Amino acid sequence: MCTRSVDRTCALLIAAALAAFAAPDPARAQGYPSKFDFGTPASTQDIAAVAIAIAPDGKGLPAGKGDYAAGKRVYETACAACHGANLQGVAGLPNMPAGAALRLIGGRGTLTTKNPVMTVESYWPYTTTLFDYVRRAMPFQAPGSLTADEIYAVLAYILAQGNIIDKAAVLDAETLPRVQMPNRDGFIPDPRPEWFK
Amino acid sequence: MHSTDVERLDTKSRAIEEALGRLGQPITEGQARDVAALEDCDCKDGMFALAANRRQLFAGTGLVAAVGMTAMLPHPAAAKAPAGAVEYPVQADPTKEQGRVMGEDGGYGSRSQFETAVRWANPTKTAGFTPLQNSYGTITPSGLHYERHHGGIPNIDPAKHGLVIHGLVDRPIKYSLADLKRFPTLSRTYFMECSGTTGSEIMKAREPNVQRTHGLVSTSEWTGVPLSTLLKQVGLKPGAAWVLAEGADAAVMTRSVPIDKCLSDALIVFAQNGEAMRPEQGYPMRLFLPGWEGNISIKWLRRLEVSDKPYYTREETSKYTDLITTTGKSRIFTFTMEAKSAITFPSGEMKLPGAGFYEITGLAWSGRGKIARVEVSTDGGKSWNLASLQEPVLAISQTRFRFPWIWDGKPAVIQSRATDETGYSQPTHQQLIAERGPLETGSLFYHMNAIQSWGIAADGSVTNVHPLG
Repeated sequence: MCTRSVDRTCALLIAAALAAFAAPDPARAQGYPSKFDFGTPASTQDIAAVAIAIAPDGKGLPAGKGDYAAGKRVYETACAACHGANLQGVAGLPNMPAGAALRLIGGRGTLTTKNPVMTVESYWPYTTTLFDYVRRAMPFQAPGSLTADEIYAVLAYILAQGNIIDKAAVLDAETLPRVQMPNRDGFIPDPRPEWFK
Repeated sequence: MHSTDVERLDTKSRAIEEALGRLGQPITEGQARDVAALEDCDCKDGMFALAANRRQLFAGTGLVAAVGMTAMLPHPAAAKAPAGAVEYPVQADPTKEQGRVMGEDGGYGSRSQFETAVRWANPTKTAGFTPLQNSYGTITPSGLHYERHHGGIPNIDPAKHGLVIHGLVDRPIKYSLADLKRFPTLSRTYFMECSGTTGSEIMKAREPNVQRTHGLVSTSEWTGVPLSTLLKQVGLKPGAAWVLAEGADAAVMTRSVPIDKCLSDALIVFAQNGEAMRPEQGYPMRLFLPGWEGNISIKWLRRLEVSDKPYYTREETSKYTDLITTTGKSRIFTFTMEAKSAITFPSGEMKLPGAGFYEITGLAWSGRGKIARVEVSTDGGKSWNLASLQEPVLAISQTRFRFPWIWDGKPAVIQSRATDETGYSQPTHQQLIAERGPLETGSLFYHMNAIQSWGIAADGSVTNVHPLG
C-alpha cells in the first residue's frame, strides 16, 4: 500500500508495472531530459564583443579620460544638432521628440510641479547610466561611434553645463562614478497595487 | 426614410463623389445615391465610421461597375491597394466567371483590398498603435500588433544572430536560433502593453479614438522556450539576483529583470500567432515577460547577463519610472500592467445611425491574472451592469466583453470597468491623480489605467470625454 513516506518508491513500482504492460515505445518512455546541452560555450571574445553595460559602481567603465574643453568640441560636432547649442533641445526636428524631451540640463526644483522638466541634471540618478547610454545609443545618426575619451569628455561638458561638476574636472573610470547626481535619492520601490478607496 | 439615414447617404455620396472625383472621374450625386442605396446596411460591419471608409467607397465602385458604368471607372490595378492587400479586378458577377487561381499572391495570403485598418504611427514614428476600433475577438493580427521601438526596427539575418548568456553562471553559452528551437517549447496567449499607453489622457481627453487612446496593447499567441530552461543549463551561481537583457537594435536597448521573474514565466520567444515572429516584434528572438510593461520584454535579444544588482539603465531610470509629483519621488521598477479595459464599439469618431439596439463590446486585461468581471455603465458611471465575458478567459490575456444596449437616442456616456482575479478594479482618473499627483505633461504618466468614457451625442456621434474636461 502506498503511504506518504514511500510515495517515491510507490511511484516507481507503479511506473514499472505500467511499463510492463505498455507496448514497447522507447522514445516515449524516455520523456524529457532534466537538462540539455544545446548551444555552444561562449568564449571570452564572444562575451567581450557584447558585454558593454556599466554598473553604478563603475564596473565596466573603459580606460580613457576627458575634460570640458574636449567635451565642448565633441558636443558641438555630435550632439548639438538635436540637443541644441545651449543643451535645451531643438524643436521641430523631423521624426524626433519634441524639443523639451531633448533637453539635457535644467529643471531642478520642478519635480514637485505638474509640469516637471526631467533632464540629465534634474532627473538621472547615475553618471554611469549616462556613459552607458551615450556609448551604446548616441549620437542618434551614428550610434556607438564615440571613443571612450570622447564620451568621458562630452560627459564632463554636459555635467559642468548642468552645474554638477566643475569645468576643471577630468572624468575617467575612477572619477565618473564618484560624481553625485542631484536626483540620486529620488527613486522609491513600486508600492502597487494601490487599493483605491 | 429617417433623417439619420438621409444624413448617412449624403455623407456616403459625398465621399464616393470625392473619391471618384479625385481620380478624375466624377459621377452625379444621383448615381452615387443609387449605389449607396444598393449597399448592405453598415450595421453588419459592427462599426459605424463617421466618414465613409475605403470599403464603402470600393464596394460602391463595384456596384457602379455592375450597373454598366465601367468605362467611367479607373482601372482597378491603377488604384493603390491598402497595406497588406493586393488589388485585383472587381468582378461584375463572380458567379459568372472563374475566380483567380491559387498562387497569384506568391503563396502568402493577403487580406481583402476592401479592408483598410492599419496601425497609426505617432509623430516620431517610434510607435504603431493597434486599430482596436476594428478588432474582433481577442487575438491581434500580427500585422496590426502594436509596436514600439527605441532605435528603429533592425533587419537581422537569423543565421548571424546569437544569444549569449553569461555573468554569474557556471557555463556561459551562446545560442543560435536553431539551438533555441531544439529545446522543448511552450505556446501561451498573452497581451502586451506599453506602460505609456493612455498616459496622455490623465488630465483631459486629448486623443480622438480608441486606437490612439489605448492602441499600445495587443494580444498574440507566443511560442518559445522558458527562460528557466536556459538558466538551468548555464547554471546560476550564488548571488544571482538580476538579469540584464540587451537587444541588437540601434538603441542596444537594455533592462534589468529580477531573477524570480526569469525563473517563473519568462519566455524566449521566436514565434507569434503560428509563424515566425515579425521583425518589429523582435525577430529572430525576444524576451517575453508576461503581464509586465512592454519595453522590458527586450526585442532582438542578443545578451542576458546574470548579476547581483540591477544596472540602472537609461530605460529604467530616466524613462519608464513613475514620478509622483506630490512628493517629487519616482517609483522605479514598476513592472506590472494592472487591470484595464476599453470599449472598442461604439468608440471615438464613430457615428451611430439612430436609436435602437447596439451590442457594446470591448477588451479587458490584467497583468496579474484573469479578468474576473467587467461592468458597463451607459449613464456615465451612475449605475453599472455586468458584461458577458467571451470564454475562454485566459490569464494575462485580453478578454472580449459584450453588453446588449438599447440606445434611446439621448446623449449618453458609456464606460467599462474591469476587475481582475486579485480583486483589483480599474480606478477613476481622480483616484489615480490623488494617489500619484497631477501631471500636465500627460505622456509621462505611465501605468495609466483609468476608466475610459465615450460620449454619445443625440446625433449619434461618439467622442472621447473625460471627467475632468
